[in-house]
Amino acid sequence: MDDKLVIRGIEFKSRLWVGTGKYKDFEETRRAIEASGADVVTVAVRRVNIFDRKSENLLDYVDPKKYKILPNTAGCYTVEDALRYARLAREAGISDLVKLEVIGDEKTLFPDVCGLLKATEILAKEGFIVLPYTNDDPVMAQRLVDAGASAVMPLAAPIGSGLGIRNPYNIKIILEQAKVPVIVDAGVGTASDVAIAMELGCDAVLLNTAIAGAKDPVAMAEAMKHAVIAGRLAYKAGRMPRKLYATASSPIEGML
Amino acid sequence: MKLTLNGTISEFQDGTTIAGLLEGLKIEPARVAVEVNLEIIRKQDYQKCMLKEGDSIEIVNFVGGG
Repeated sequence: MDDKLVIRGIEFKSRLWVGTGKYKDFEETRRAIEASGADVVTVAVRRVNIFDRKSENLLDYVDPKKYKILPNTAGCYTVEDALRYARLAREAGISDLVKLEVIGDEKTLFPDVCGLLKATEILAKEGFIVLPYTNDDPVMAQRLVDAGASAVMPLAAPIGSGLGIRNPYNIKIILEQAKVPVIVDAGVGTASDVAIAMELGCDAVLLNTAIAGAKDPVAMAEAMKHAVIAGRLAYKAGRMPRKLYATASSPIEGML
Repeated sequence: MKLTLNGTISEFQDGTTIAGLLEGLKIEPARVAVEVNLEIIRKQDYQKCMLKEGDSIEIVNFVGGG
């Protein structure tokens, strides 16, 4: 069964996308990403350490030939900063993909959707494949698509919170309306959260802390891999309707 | 000449190009992006882009992130 995720002609092997932050070291990053089966990894853009040139590079462990590198604009609170980081990322990287973040609040890391919309429009015009990290607002999701977003990435819960999908009904509405892929980004905590996102019909899940913050990140990465596959299959299979009362599975006929 | 490199002021030889700067720092150009006074310099221009007194240079690469 051909069930591949495609965004602007780019084919993705996995519906699980993972971040590369917060790991103990690069070796743990490498092992966790490999166990997750993800073919997209997010990265941040930061200054090169010019004083310690012996320090290792993330891309020595996460091979850009093997993984699609998705740079983010994490830490950007203004449109100007987000544009600057996105443009630098494109120059440093190999593709037009950008996970666009314009953060509006330090404590919740919720997006500044006004800035996000503006930045999406500008970058889409410059030829970027813009994947905006947004809140779970269906109206905003639609505005972002109108502005040129190639997918929308609503949060499940605050970044790094592990609270799981706080508003599945909004995600469902976003899914019904969106003409682009919907990727739940941020806030999932464990495998069941990922399965729920996929059962709702989301096209992919992007996570970082749920793996990096687990007691055993490599084992959790493998759990996430299975959760995405199970959730996607269940969505495609179509779940049974919920009922309030019991229906016996064994026949009455033939009973003594 | 004095240049501000990734936020730190340092002394460099007159006539240093971006290519020369990266070579001196042992930085592989393929995996970085370079900005001079807020303007991104394309990789094909590293050889000819001559730096001058007071320039502010940012060299960035990819690090772990979510």
